[in-house]
Amino acid sequence: MSFGSLDLNTVWFILVGVLFTGYVILDGFDLGVGVLHLFAARTDHERRVFLNAIGPVWDGNEVWLVTGGGALFAAFPDVYATVFSGFYLAFMALLCALIFRAVAIEFRSKHPSALWRRFWDLSFAGGSIFSAFLIGVAMGNIAWGVPVDARGEYAGTFLSLLNPYALLMGVTTVALFAMHGAIYLVLKTEGELQDRLRRWVNPSIIGFILCYAILTPATLLYVPHVVEAFKREPWFFALVIPAVLAIANIPREMTRQKHFFAFLSSCAAMVGLMALFGVGMYPNLLYSNPHPEHSLTVVNAASSQKTLGVMFTIALIGVPIVVAYSASIYYIFRGKVRLDRMSY
Amino acid sequence: MDVLFLSRLQFAFTISFHYLYPPLSIGLGVLLVLIEGMWLKTRNPLYHQMARFWTKVFALTFAIGVATGIVMEFEFGTNWATYSRYVGDVFGSALAAEGIFAFFLESGFLAVLLFGWDKVGPKMHFFATCMVALGAHFSAIWIVVANSWMQTPAGYHIVGEGIHARAEITDFWAMVFNPSSMDRLSHTLMGAWQAGAWLMVSVGAFYLLRRRHREFALTSVKLGLGVALIASLASLWTGHSSAQGVAVNQPAKLAAFEGHWETTGNAPLHVVGWVDEKKGETHGIAIPGLLSFLAHNDPKAPVTGLNDIPPADRPPIHFSFQLFHLMIAIGSGLIALAAWAFYLAYRGKLERSTVTLWLLTFAVLGPQIANQAGWWAAEVGRQPWIVYNLLRTSQGLSEVVSANMIVASMIMFTAVYALLFAVFVFLLNSKIHHGPDDADLLDPYENIQGAVRGAKGGAA
Repeated sequence: MSFGSLDLNTVWFILVGVLFTGYVILDGFDLGVGVLHLFAARTDHERRVFLNAIGPVWDGNEVWLVTGGGALFAAFPDVYATVFSGFYLAFMALLCALIFRAVAIEFRSKHPSALWRRFWDLSFAGGSIFSAFLIGVAMGNIAWGVPVDARGEYAGTFLSLLNPYALLMGVTTVALFAMHGAIYLVLKTEGELQDRLRRWVNPSIIGFILCYAILTPATLLYVPHVVEAFKREPWFFALVIPAVLAIANIPREMTRQKHFFAFLSSCAAMVGLMALFGVGMYPNLLYSNPHPEHSLTVVNAASSQKTLGVMFTIALIGVPIVVAYSASIYYIFRGKVRLDRMSY
Repeated sequence: MDVLFLSRLQFAFTISFHYLYPPLSIGLGVLLVLIEGMWLKTRNPLYHQMARFWTKVFALTFAIGVATGIVMEFEFGTNWATYSRYVGDVFGSALAAEGIFAFFLESGFLAVLLFGWDKVGPKMHFFATCMVALGAHFSAIWIVVANSWMQTPAGYHIVGEGIHARAEITDFWAMVFNPSSMDRLSHTLMGAWQAGAWLMVSVGAFYLLRRRHREFALTSVKLGLGVALIASLASLWTGHSSAQGVAVNQPAKLAAFEGHWETTGNAPLHVVGWVDEKKGETHGIAIPGLLSFLAHNDPKAPVTGLNDIPPADRPPIHFSFQLFHLMIAIGSGLIALAAWAFYLAYRGKLERSTVTLWLLTFAVLGPQIANQAGWWAAEVGRQPWIVYNLLRTSQGLSEVVSANMIVASMIMFTAVYALLFAVFVFLLNSKIHHGPDDADLLDPYENIQGAVRGAKGGAA
């Protein structure tokens, strides 16, 4: 099967991918700020700057996950059901981590006590690191493949989710988000804090590249179905080049002090990585390992053509409006963070 | 304990906790639009101060609403996977529409509402406030539509057999405007408006008792009472209309609400009562003929009784009965209290009536309890069906989730939610004790910039 025949099922495969890619790019820097929160910010003032750097946008960014989940439910209900019931405990842990991340941002500055602030700092950082890690582990398992039985139900256990490949993907995701968040923070800060944050960017890029350098050969060696997809359609390899170039461009833009372009490069790199993930998976949404014939695909796990069509209309109307006002809101809050009475 | 019981308990717990907050955001959203509109029109600094204070309370309720709402979105998949497979084609599109049309709007413009005072002009800020309120209402629309489809399914057909059977959409608009959507939506929204309005009344009444922030408090109480009164009278109407729909579409639910056993005309409506499920009797104070009249506009019209419904298809009767009556009792009490307090305020006597002020202060619990009771009655009354007359709740469970896993996650969520609730009450309480900021009496568009510069220079 190829992307040549663009049916509604494939369109929804792409759209769900776009929504999750939007989530990874946008909440990726929010979570990255959280990963760095305890390490890169030293004073109460600096931590407030961190929170207010993402303050106006993190909530809208998280909506990409909610909408992606809703779209998955509507377009591929079997995948939604199998993944979330199969990953039950891991998912409940992710939800708790996301809750702590969210309320910590809101609560931290509402009370002056040092103990109070330390607790919410820990919640924000812990929630962010753990969320990023679990998102990576989930993606790792989906790439690797999970045991699915003949009825399409998850046939593994909680512990089988914690295989080395998935764990490595989890660590890679934390590193990627940390890099992304560091660049975003450089964009939103100035002076001495910005100088210090700039020094966090290169190590985080190196950390991410190291992880990725282990992950890629591991994929090529141990995840044959992804390799098969690339063998079938060799032009997919063309996607690797822009992704690698985008990552390589980040240090260059940082030295040129073009921080916004560095951030765009980081976003582009994430788009490239998600696109690679998508084409490697297609037409499967959930690859079954060891019984590939039980895989959930864009055909056997999809909703009816009627629903896919209705949803496509909803997306055609809704998404341009959402993108337009989201962009205006990002524009309103452009520039460096300034703390005032209404700040966190 | 079995998986069915635990999954229902987990869903009931997580949704009830979540449902404390969205009604507050919906109601406060409407009030913020009114307050900011009045400020824009009159430029009275008091309205600006009110807008700032209530925005902070709004932000607090919104944050917990969002954080706990994300759990709901995924719980269909985690705990009710078979249900999700069965209804995904229909139910999922409403949920996805909620994301695209409501959440983005709400959270995007929330940024401008909270942090945009000195970044955009006053009209743009007011527009953002309107969009947040609108987004909150859109969210209610799609989630109530999805839930109403479970109560009164429409616009679908069943495809496949056995474990492969599932509902597929045939008519999207028939699904959206299913027989109970609009009644239930209007009733839910009126309950939400009351939750927000009574919070405002309660805080204002508390200040009046403490003789603090007099002007702020009086305006808050009057505005809140006005909205509460309108919403509670509308609740009567929407509740009546919902009940008439239930009588036609879900007769077992109505019979359980009223503990009505024999299919008879002249059916009585209970004011209070006790259901003996074993003997099939209901005792209490009843008004003859009123149920028939309310359900069918005719005191002689027959109302289906529980004896005509197979025991396996009956919801828990006594529980439904008490929840339903609790909702009505509180709703009626709130109408009386709002009318009385409104009369006192109009006559200028409210500040001296300590008893009424105390009642108003504690009345904030009223709409919360009534909203919970109403939601529970609606959900429990649908049992044993998860999708009415199509899929039983026991058939909707996840196949691969064990009781131990649910217990583990329940322990985790109970601890987290208990913490969240304690922090919410603590912060709301300290916000109320701190009171409105006098600095907020300044017009932000003339002074905020100056104040920020002053603070940076160390002068503030």
